[in-house]
Amino acid sequence: MPLIDLANPSRFLALSGRLLPWLSAATLIAFAIGIVQVIGAPDDYQQGATAKIMYIHVPSAWLSMFIWGTMSIAALGTLVWRHPLADVAAKAAAPIGAALTLQCLVTGSLWGRPMWGTYWVWDGRLTSVLVLFLMYLGVLALWRTIEEPARAARAVAVLTLVGAINLPIIKFSVDWWSTLHQPSAVLRLGGPTIHPSIFVPLVVMALAFFLLFLTLHLAAMRNEIMRRRVRTLMLMQADAAAGR
Amino acid sequence: MDLGPHAAFIVGAYAVALLIVAALIGWVLIDNRRQRQILSDLEAKGITRRSERSPERQS
Repeated sequence: MPLIDLANPSRFLALSGRLLPWLSAATLIAFAIGIVQVIGAPDDYQQGATAKIMYIHVPSAWLSMFIWGTMSIAALGTLVWRHPLADVAAKAAAPIGAALTLQCLVTGSLWGRPMWGTYWVWDGRLTSVLVLFLMYLGVLALWRTIEEPARAARAVAVLTLVGAINLPIIKFSVDWWSTLHQPSAVLRLGGPTIHPSIFVPLVVMALAFFLLFLTLHLAAMRNEIMRRRVRTLMLMQADAAAGR
Repeated sequence: MDLGPHAAFIVGAYAVALLIVAALIGWVLIDNRRQRQILSDLEAKGITRRSERSPERQS
């Protein structure tokens, strides 16, 4: 099937309906394997078992940025190509991104308290991720503020593209500024610095969270398409009642 | 499995993650049920999209 065919919401519903059970099963399997590997992973030589928080903190951190990146591509789809599913994709991704950014902040805080002696510090990495979370909340609020979906989509697309400036700031904050947060140990030039016995479970958990995002995103996009159909039908009903 | 002296922080972090993932799954499932219900209610009232109407009704 050519990619452009997915621009048709009905075809998207049919295809995603077939994909969702497989994606859900793959997500469950990936989490089952990941959790078994996390339980069997050795403690860190400095942090002990506390490093196990990494297996949920790091994937949510990666996804919080990946989802905003996805929303930015969808924003281009809305503003440049006016793809019918672009703003549906952006709207469906935002709550998932907000939730996973919150997960990143809370688990990071719970990791920071025993390791750094504080839940929070206003350094570059933590503050830029907090700004990302606030931007997610801003996008969610904007979707609710403007009733007409097409107008809301354009306003959200502009905000999303402006907010994308924060992504490199988050990534390089640990290099640009003095911070309590450790520098990149996986996504860095020269390869990961983590031992395979810890790195492999981290990658499996990251894959599991990525599959979870794909599953939830497809399901939320289907819901959004249905919500727009409901809106159209209700407008038709109102027009009919008014005799137009 | 010995989680050491900071077990409460580790368990707390995993509990928060579980809660957030469960909330996301719940949100998607409840929203899906709600939209399906509204669509079927509208359909029962005879309000459907033109592409979904029977040929007799379209003519």
